[in-house]
Amino acid sequence: MAASSIANESQVDRPGWEMPLVRNGTAISLAEVPDLEFAQFEEQLNLAVRQGGLLSALFVVPGRTSHQMYAVCSFANSGLISVMRTEIGDAYPSLSRNVAQAHWFEREIAEQWGILPEGHPWLKPIRFHASYRAGHDAWGRSPESIRPGVSTTYQFESDQTHEVAVGPIHAGVIEPGHFRFQCHGEHVFHMETWLGYQHRGVERHLVGGPTKRTLPYMETLAGDTSIGHSLAYCQAVEALAGLRVPLRGQLLRGIALELERLANHTGDLGALALDVGYLPTSSYCGRIRGDFLNATALICGNRFGRNLVCPGGALWDLSGAQLQTLKERLSPALRDVDGAIDLLWKCPSAQARFEACGEVTYGQAVEAGLVGMAARASGVDRDARRDFPSGIYRFSHIPVSIWGSGDVFGRASVRWLEIQRSGQFVIEQLDAFPAGPVRAKAGPLQPSAIVVSIVEGWRGEICHVALTDDVGKFSHYKVVDPSFHNWFGLMLAMRDQQISDFPVNNKSFNLSYCGHDL
Amino acid sequence: MIALNGLVTPILALTLAPLLMGVINRVKALVAGRTGPPLLQMYYDLWRLLHKGAVYSETTTWLFRAGPIVSLSTLIVACMLMPMSDSPALFSFSGDMVVFVSLLALGRFAIVLAALDTGSAFEGMGAAREVFFASLAEPAVLLGMAAIAKATVANQTMLLSLSSMNTRVSLELWSNQGVILVFVASALIVVFLAENSRIPVDDPTTHLELTMIHEVIILDHSGPDLAFVLYAACLKLWLLALLIVELVIPDTGNLLLDLAADVGTLFVLAAVVGLVESAMARLRMPKVPQLLVGATTLTVLALVLELRN
Repeated sequence: MAASSIANESQVDRPGWEMPLVRNGTAISLAEVPDLEFAQFEEQLNLAVRQGGLLSALFVVPGRTSHQMYAVCSFANSGLISVMRTEIGDAYPSLSRNVAQAHWFEREIAEQWGILPEGHPWLKPIRFHASYRAGHDAWGRSPESIRPGVSTTYQFESDQTHEVAVGPIHAGVIEPGHFRFQCHGEHVFHMETWLGYQHRGVERHLVGGPTKRTLPYMETLAGDTSIGHSLAYCQAVEALAGLRVPLRGQLLRGIALELERLANHTGDLGALALDVGYLPTSSYCGRIRGDFLNATALICGNRFGRNLVCPGGALWDLSGAQLQTLKERLSPALRDVDGAIDLLWKCPSAQARFEACGEVTYGQAVEAGLVGMAARASGVDRDARRDFPSGIYRFSHIPVSIWGSGDVFGRASVRWLEIQRSGQFVIEQLDAFPAGPVRAKAGPLQPSAIVVSIVEGWRGEICHVALTDDVGKFSHYKVVDPSFHNWFGLMLAMRDQQISDFPVNNKSFNLSYCGHDL
Repeated sequence: MIALNGLVTPILALTLAPLLMGVINRVKALVAGRTGPPLLQMYYDLWRLLHKGAVYSETTTWLFRAGPIVSLSTLIVACMLMPMSDSPALFSFSGDMVVFVSLLALGRFAIVLAALDTGSAFEGMGAAREVFFASLAEPAVLLGMAAIAKATVANQTMLLSLSSMNTRVSLELWSNQGVILVFVASALIVVFLAENSRIPVDDPTTHLELTMIHEVIILDHSGPDLAFVLYAACLKLWLLALLIVELVIPDTGNLLLDLAADVGTLFVLAAVVGLVESAMARLRMPKVPQLLVGATTLTVLALVLELRN
């Protein structure tokens, strides 16, 4: 199985590309991952990014003296993924000098393992925790001296400018995160994001799994993306165990993923309206979001889709009566959301707030490696449901929704387009519900293997990479939430903006703090 | 001049002003399809806050504690300068309209000092915005009053006071110089929305400090201090609405009828605020000065038209 998983035939249309390529959710043996010299690793990574690849994950599996660095690049135009590996010591030449997308990953690696990327242009911690390798800190700090949000790098001082500190405790019922605005009056030059207040440590707890706790961990990686993350995890486990999910199960999971998208996009559009003080859409969307959450609860008893997805399929099945109820509830909810958003589009004062606010250009979005609807709002044609299809998306396609303006209006528009497409998709799928079981029985995992699992969550591309040891337990597990890619997008969007426009920009990205602080 | 029947304005203002907030919130709720808070919610809030303790930051001084007291006092005094219907103001004298505007400015000055006293970045930012926008709104009020004063009492042997201006606004004035009254009323409505931190200038319900103007400078007040601030906000809403009503609505001479009409118009204005907040988003902050300068321009136009008469 492993040997045939490598899709070598597609190397022909990648000049200069020598690495094997795999498809989404396909396990390969660790031995099949090419071991490269660092220079070649860097060269291939540069090539991959030049050819339109996205650095989906960059992580280190630490060793005693040398460490293994893995890079996962995904190519949207061919649906193929490359995995490569190199050996590095406690310091290596920074990849970010040529690949801007790598900069957040390298900061994470430096912080987690005390491995120094030499020449990194922006080296500061992203989560403010002690190094996981005792005695190795990339900045030479002692663990006791580390305080979240305390950093002296990247500040500026003058008698005309000032810094505004926001958070980590915010006025809304949201997660903790600290922002520093470097301002001249109302004008923002730059915003620094200091996260890490959640202190999750989830990735390290996943090592040695899967255990009974693994699935609940996945469902709570980011509470608003329960389905997305549990689906990415299950897809990885299914690949490692060689499971085939029955069609009915795949369809149920697809519907759940789209319901999650519908609920979050609807809530976000309402919240965007609230942030600019436009109450009607905000009030209606708050209620309609509940309708979509309740639709998920109808399937599995939980509004956020916990205990719905499991390795092998789904834990719950829909009876004929439930199917009927779901259809009866979704049509009016979709009609209502149509009306509520229509109000927003017809309100010139709200439009004036969204347009030309927080622009991220296409070039910035590609170079910074933004994903999901934030990237699509800047015109990036990338959607894992089409590019790296898995599950039901292999058979039923959803049109990709793109908007070119890159501003708050663009991010709102992409949400609205996706609400329409997802709504239509769910209604169509409910009419074509196949018979049969919803799950296959899980088995042991393939030992010494690696799998990359990509799912298009509502925020964007979720990437899970699982490595197993010689008894088929996780030896390393890497989760890349879309927020990990996109926090930098928010920082780009805020440049040269009004500080009073930060909330609406922030909401237009609506990034996860807990999904970042894993 | 002290007129005892001038007690009408302060008494009505002090008792009914919090009800205006209730009306605004009810209208917003109804438009959004919600039940909304009770009409008397502001009274309940004030009562509750008055029974709470206040928390003071260690970095603040007496300026912080003085803010709410000065702010409320200035508004109570301003109530006594305001005529209503056929009743003159409790105190009226030549040029009292300038004192009226200055009192509002003094109250704001005290609150802004209290905000700066906290040393918080948010409050400093809010204070800067509050003062900037107020400095743009004040000319509109003063010039608007000047236009109406010219139209009503300037050539008469009467005191140049709010009360005499009020009594001279008649149907005849409307038929002769209606356009001036319309211009001034429009400008004053913009000032009314801006000064009371309503949409489209400010959003009183937002929780986002970075977007706030007025709300952010009172963040650190608690308990009775906050009650004072909120009560002062109600009085300001009442007074600025009353200013529009008294300067543009003519009186019939029937005391009860006029009083009912004026109070009714106040609540209609509150309902209008609720409707505006339900129908539009707030302006991007750099656009706010344009709106306020626009209001000032209208009053300048009114004054120029009046001077040509």
